Amino acid sequence: MNIILNNESDEVHDGITIEELLDDKKIHTQYIAIEINKKIIPKSSYYKHELKEGDKIEIITAIGGG
Amino acid sequence: MKKLIIDNQEYKSRLILGTGKYKDFEETGKAVEASGCEMVTVAIRRLNIGQDKDSPSLLDVVSPEKFTILPNTAGCYTSEDAVRTCELASELLSGKMLVKLEVLSDSKTLYPNVVETLKASEILVKKGFKVMVYTTDDPVVAKELEKIGCECIMPLGSAIGSGLGIINEFNIREIVENADVPIIVDAGVGTASDACIAMELGCDGVLMNTAIACAKNPILMASAMKHAIEAGSKAYEAGRIEKTLRGVASSPKDGMITDD
Repeated sequence: MNIILNNESDEVHDGITIEELLDDKKIHTQYIAIEINKKIIPKSSYYKHELKEGDKIEIITAIGGG
Repeated sequence: MKKLIIDNQEYKSRLILGTGKYKDFEETGKAVEASGCEMVTVAIRRLNIGQDKDSPSLLDVVSPEKFTILPNTAGCYTSEDAVRTCELASELLSGKMLVKLEVLSDSKTLYPNVVETLKASEILVKKGFKVMVYTTDDPVVAKELEKIGCECIMPLGSAIGSGLGIINEFNIREIVENADVPIIVDAGVGTASDACIAMELGCDGVLMNTAIACAKNPILMASAMKHAIEAGSKAYEAGRIEKTLRGVASSPKDGMITDD
């Protein structure tokens, strides 16, 4: 199925969880936050939250800024 | 000197450091250390997916265990975007509610959009955020933001990254004298004397980024800023002399060898 990950289209398997997605993409969970369709998903739900076709996922982090 | 307390925490350092524009994380870390700061700002942005999993993150260099991390809403032009960014920042920082609110009007001037800033402040304060708010040097707006419940008011000295220093000292002084919350000059500092003046005007602190990160020697400038802020702070406490239009002799008039 197709998802939009950080504003780019991506193909993932049906029913993939956030945890599996992060694992596939080799992303550490310590300094990130995730929003799906503009709703924040708490870290404690990553293992059970399944993505759906067309979900818009934003993964953000802290970078240098003033 | 009045203590600087933000979100129930006392800060010895009056300098808040931005972490943007440094050459690399090593330079960021060294500048932060040289500045003696206890609070650093960070921006919230999309993760660069595909980067090396083991490459360090900014927060590995300026650790949340050692520093207060102040996430900003830089780049937001609406209250909605700013609130959304603050909520993401809070999730990112394990539920911390201290944020730097900054809602801009346009990319050319980077001037604060006061209408959107007031709107976002109300929403954020109601949601329980501790808001350090970047705004214009308008004393009326500063007081309104205080009434809304902002933790700290951060008027600009001059435009972000401009290095023009404090353009309207009278307004900054007015804001300071009317305030019951900390006043921190944010933006416009070009060199150490600008930071010193902010403190001499009675501000509680100074937030800066470009003046240090883009100096020829950022680490040396970080140290200069630390000392300038300490000097200005002491000078304010010590109380400056009145200005006079003509000279006033420092040596006694009497006892001169030319006296007959």
